[in-house]
Amino acid sequence: MAEPTRITLTEEGPALVSGPVELELPDGTRVRSDRAVTAVCHCRRSKRYPICDASHRRKERQG
Amino acid sequence: MIPTLRGPVSDAVLGRLRGGTLGEIPVADPYGDDLQLALYCCYELHYRGYPGVDPELEWDPDLLRVRRSLEQAFLARLRADVEPGADVAAEVDALLVEPVGPQVRGVSHHLQRCGTLEQLREYVTHRSVYHLKEADPQAWVIPRLSGAAKAGLVTVEHDEYGSGRPERMHSRLFAEMMAELGLSTQYGALVDSVPAETLAEVNLMSLCGLHRSLRGASVGQFAMVELTSSPGSERLVRAMRRLGCGPAAIRFYDEHVEADAVHEQVVRRGVLDPLLAEEPELAADVVFGIRASLHLGERLGERLLGAWERGESSLRQAPESVERGPVECGGEA
Repeated sequence: MAEPTRITLTEEGPALVSGPVELELPDGTRVRSDRAVTAVCHCRRSKRYPICDASHRRKERQG
Repeated sequence: MIPTLRGPVSDAVLGRLRGGTLGEIPVADPYGDDLQLALYCCYELHYRGYPGVDPELEWDPDLLRVRRSLEQAFLARLRADVEPGADVAAEVDALLVEPVGPQVRGVSHHLQRCGTLEQLREYVTHRSVYHLKEADPQAWVIPRLSGAAKAGLVTVEHDEYGSGRPERMHSRLFAEMMAELGLSTQYGALVDSVPAETLAEVNLMSLCGLHRSLRGASVGQFAMVELTSSPGSERLVRAMRRLGCGPAAIRFYDEHVEADAVHEQVVRRGVLDPLLAEEPELAADVVFGIRASLHLGERLGERLLGAWERGESSLRQAPESVERGPVECGGEA
């Protein structure tokens, strides 16, 4: 039997998926990632949705 | 190419590289150009060396003796300037808060808001000293780790090296960006252009990588870069779009927005957590690595912003412009 795909759900941000992945969006478009680990956006704040761009980080206004 | 001397210490080290003898060296400012260049040249023997220089000088006892005294001066200064701590979790949490607003002072913030194409080219010149050997200094730490922390670190390093595809190596993407910005991509060609502040950042990486006793600091330095680079890369992408830069220039930082969003997660969960579970006594060194690299990063940032505020170049000498790449940058927006 093949090893199951491990998906790590992080508390604050993305889901981490191992191996090359292809993500299909509701409109049918597909996004491919060849990384060893892909961070899939879970908070919907990414400007590169469905790929995480660290936009989930807490922001602190200065000045 | 062998760099140009910047004082008696670098003169002595460069003389040895050319086959001369190496006696006692004078005391020099640990953050100064002379010491930092001398140390940089000692370390370079462990990377690619220099054309015409005997590769066996990497293990020359005289150079190693001098290197050690330079390292001790540099490290002592860093230990004096950096407040000690051992709470890695608090350190990481602080790095993950992103300061925003028009008042935030930072090089990437400046470049995004109003930097000129020339300032962007200067920034890339400074960064080239590391990025043309991106991930190499941290590769020294691999055999000094074990188990999960080692596997996690290699996962990130593998990505930096293009995941087995040379055309995706980050050092290569960086060189392609340099070519498009009209900068020389020859390894080591721009070292004479950059000041001590730039060399010190890379020297810290080599210092921590080459000393097993500093492996915790090496991981801390690596974590600092991977945890903070994604938002900064996004600002540089915006700067380049605003300045009308071409696709190869934009690609390097564009790749780092996504890559480092993943690396952040892998470094925290896959490297720091298992390393500290196995060797909790390394916590203080990890914090030292984070704070020392932040400290040197702030010094370099001030060098750049200070020079630009005075209307000057942040480089020691302007590098010769090589023929521009196929896509010209469009100048200020």
